[in-house]
Amino acid sequence: MLSKRIIVCLDVREGKTTKGIKFKDNIDIGDPVEMARRYYEAGADEIVFYDITASHEKRDIMIDVVTRVAGTIFIPFSVGGGIRTVQDMRNVLLAGAEKVSVNSAAVKDPAIIADGARAFGSQCVVLGMDVKQVEKIEQIPSGYEIVINGGRTHMGIDALAWAQKAERLGAGEICLNSIDADGAKEGYEMTLTRMISEHVSIPVIASGGAGSPQHICDVLTEGKADAGLVASIVHYGTYSIKQIKHFLGERNVPVRTVW
Amino acid sequence: MHLIQSKSERLNGKVVPSPFLVKLDLFSRKCYAYGMLSIIDYKAGNLASVVRAVRYLGFECRVTRSINDILSAERVIFPGVGSARQAMEDLEETGIDEAIREFCASGRPFLGICLGTQIILEKSEELDTRCLGLIRGEVIRFPEPLLSDTGERLKVPHMGWNRVEFPERHPVLKGIDPRSEFYFVHSYYPVPVSEKAIVGTTTHGIAFASILEQDNIIATQFHPEKSGRPGLEFLKNFCGT
Repeated sequence: MLSKRIIVCLDVREGKTTKGIKFKDNIDIGDPVEMARRYYEAGADEIVFYDITASHEKRDIMIDVVTRVAGTIFIPFSVGGGIRTVQDMRNVLLAGAEKVSVNSAAVKDPAIIADGARAFGSQCVVLGMDVKQVEKIEQIPSGYEIVINGGRTHMGIDALAWAQKAERLGAGEICLNSIDADGAKEGYEMTLTRMISEHVSIPVIASGGAGSPQHICDVLTEGKADAGLVASIVHYGTYSIKQIKHFLGERNVPVRTVW
Repeated sequence: MHLIQSKSERLNGKVVPSPFLVKLDLFSRKCYAYGMLSIIDYKAGNLASVVRAVRYLGFECRVTRSINDILSAERVIFPGVGSARQAMEDLEETGIDEAIREFCASGRPFLGICLGTQIILEKSEELDTRCLGLIRGEVIRFPEPLLSDTGERLKVPHMGWNRVEFPERHPVLKGIDPRSEFYFVHSYYPVPVSEKAIVGTTTHGIAFASILEQDNIIATQFHPEKSGRPGLEFLKNFCGT
């Protein structure tokens, strides 16, 4: 039986891991290569690097990080943040990432999903979605809207319709981030996650809001997510990957144990 | 033989002495087993992770599209992700298809990974593609809807970590805990004709062959290079035996 994945997210700014709350107030918390290695050893099923480097000139630092990580860990890892073109995708894949995640660039021009899937295969293309709950209107029938710029810009696109369109275009996976839940540690956005997961056939990674193993358990069962993204809950040592997996295993959620 | 040579000439711009090498093979495989591991590059996805894993384990390897490098290797890894049709077109165009057949007939160790596993069977349902036919059987798509034994709808592609049941321990599985999981990402799976070709099985709604073997060929549907410690152990066993 396919295991539910625990994916560790490392926000990287100019080559350093950082963590912010609701996309603000970032503080540096370590070296991403070293942290990735530690999470790999500890049993993380996958690692996501999210490049939040603001300046375009410093983006090459991320390629260097990816290269070093690739020689260190032997589980899949993906890179997202600031991916604008198929060439950006190629750069991180050639540096050794298994997958690349596109978010706002795909919202602005969905063709990047199809182009990326054609060039590298669907399994490489992850659609990152930042979503906010809004009032249900004709344009947003699901009541969840796509936002960009860390939630500051509403795009007038329905989250469910966007997920389905991305799947048709060739996205291999969806990383679904709730802006409302992100950083608050009060649990994942369950309604949103379940709705998206039930309406696409590609895997859905739930992101934003993990504060306890119970939250992760909930989103992987009730929320129908295929994977749960975790960040601060493990970065600050609140829980270890092992503790989280033990908790899930005891509740009959299939997880991978490192033997 | 003549065919291969002419294609090699076209590829490398020089004469490749493959008939000579093959002749020697009749007497002793060691004559041209230089200890070199060749990883076949046929423009199907990112091979870098396989290379990194092999080098991390301390083995030399070369990534190659040269027929000579394939025929002269001590062992070959045939990885790949992507479409079976496109992969076969590239292999046929470059003559690498014939080189693979010839290498496998030599009895030296050959490892297929993911797409590299699928296209060593006879045909794939993916765009109805004729494949290499080194192992009898075909490659088919997961049925939809795909349901678990408790009636849950399962997703395709089969992406993530899953177990491999292996009742009898093949030498490449030496030292691997039977509860280990491996990383998969695929929508099609191999169905060999002979039960004897199945070394390991994995369940995702249905049970399918996730490790295949035939003589000197071993082939996995999962990615050992992305499967953490058990995956590295598997590669080490292949590269070192």
